[in-house]
Amino acid sequence: MSDPIPMVDYLVLGSDPHLVANECGSCGARFFDRRNACASCGAVGSFAQVDIPTTGEVRAFTIVKSWTGGDDYVPAVVDCGGTSVRGQIVNTPPDPEHVSLGMKVRLTTYSIGADSTGTEAITYGFEPV
Amino acid sequence: MANDDIWILGINMTKFGKHPTLDVVDLAADAALAALADGGVTIQDMGVLAAGNLMGAAAGLGQQLQKQIGQTGIPVYNVANACATGATALRTVIMAVKSGECDMGLAVGVEKLSGAGMLGAGFGAAKSEEWTRSGRHGTVSGFEGKLGTDMMPGVFAQVGMEYLHAHPYDGAEFELFARISQKNHFNSTMNPLAAITKDMSVEQIMNEPMIAYPNTRAMCSANSDGAAAAVVVSGAKLRTLSTEQQRRAVKVSASVLTSDPYQEACQILPDVNTLTRRAAIQAYEAAGIGPDDLDLVELHDCFATAELVHYDNLMLCPEGDAVAWFEAGNAHRDGSTPVNVSGGLESKGHPIAATGIANIWEICHHLRGEAGARQIPDAKVGLAHVIGLGSACGVHIMERSGL
Ligand SMILES: [Zn+2]
Repeated sequence: MSDPIPMVDYLVLGSDPHLVANECGSCGARFFDRRNACASCGAVGSFAQVDIPTTGEVRAFTIVKSWTGGDDYVPAVVDCGGTSVRGQIVNTPPDPEHVSLGMKVRLTTYSIGADSTGTEAITYGFEPV
Repeated sequence: MANDDIWILGINMTKFGKHPTLDVVDLAADAALAALADGGVTIQDMGVLAAGNLMGAAAGLGQQLQKQIGQTGIPVYNVANACATGATALRTVIMAVKSGECDMGLAVGVEKLSGAGMLGAGFGAAKSEEWTRSGRHGTVSGFEGKLGTDMMPGVFAQVGMEYLHAHPYDGAEFELFARISQKNHFNSTMNPLAAITKDMSVEQIMNEPMIAYPNTRAMCSANSDGAAAAVVVSGAKLRTLSTEQQRRAVKVSASVLTSDPYQEACQILPDVNTLTRRAAIQAYEAAGIGPDDLDLVELHDCFATAELVHYDNLMLCPEGDAVAWFEAGNAHRDGSTPVNVSGGLESKGHPIAATGIANIWEICHHLRGEAGARQIPDAKVGLAHVIGLGSACGVHIMERSGL
């Protein structure tokens, strides 16, 4: 069985799971995906990889009612030390009594399943601190 | 009327809702022919045509429409700009007339959406045999339900919630958004062209099926079929037309289109705020009109959670004060700045490419004093706003002719 695979390139697995971003060397803007040049300042080819803090605060959330029979889920915007991250609030019931604006959360990871070779894909979420 | 002024000469919207027997070209033709008739002109008078149909953007609605209402050989611009497609078509015609290339033009937007379900879902392909990275995030699966949501109800829910985090609110957030929706559903009962014209209590709205907290079904825009069209004319040309045409013409005091400038969080949640505020500032400056001068506003309430933030973005209220401004009754039809007296997208319906012209039709209807039961008395100035995610924002300010 091979090592698990992260669901997105910007999730680093291992003993200390965390997110990374491409930071513009010119203006400091951070991007989780590949950019040809900086969307903020237009600088070309000056990106460096930086680690994103693994704790943060919920700045916005919603609770999406599953219409495929699965569990409701809680997409959120989490402010991780000044970098906004998208992710779901997990390990707490998906209702407005358990999720609130300003809530403190930390990064956690979990499997979304294995493929035919037995390789697990791992995504991240944020759980209440 | 100055020579380089821009005017709406004729305008029309079809009833929004289900039109099972009409295709998109039928609907577009109905609105276009009615707009031409409303302006007392014909397709032969048009010097340019701009047309939008987002779901069929590759098909070239403009030329298809010409086959039904007149192939006169004029330049056609087929435009696509998400939910701002209609406003973009109108602005394209305005730019053509303003440039002096022609003195009259036609803008059309149409969509068939009834039964389309939720837009924006990105569940990704069924799980492949082996996890494979793809796209700019190197993702091995669709984001939906695994790393947030790209479905519109959840995206705009977060937009509204983010506002309440930035400007903390002591009350019950769910009920606040339901009250905004209640206002719009009440307004729709006076609009015979709205898709849904049912007065709903706050409790009824809150008890509707939840789609994406805090948006229940009644707080989401209604997918529907519909078309809208407008005839644009230069001030110089309008002066040569009849007194009645000049009296009913509506002046376009500002026509602005913006895209979303870079913001720190825009890569993870679309920023619908900055581009709206910028468009509003440009529009007020171009028109020489301030938010206090507006007699009515049609803004892009694709969800109840979106309406709240645009009170602030359009500067109808002091910055950060949208909740208090709404709670004081300002946005109600008897308030200081009635918002969405048409019923808004939540009840009037949201046939995407038609929306950005239909909201201008609503404003024109009041400025002409032709809005019947829902007429805002003595309306002189109105603003129409539309947002397309991605993003594009259109703001138009209109004034009555005063003749
Ligand atoms: Zn930069």
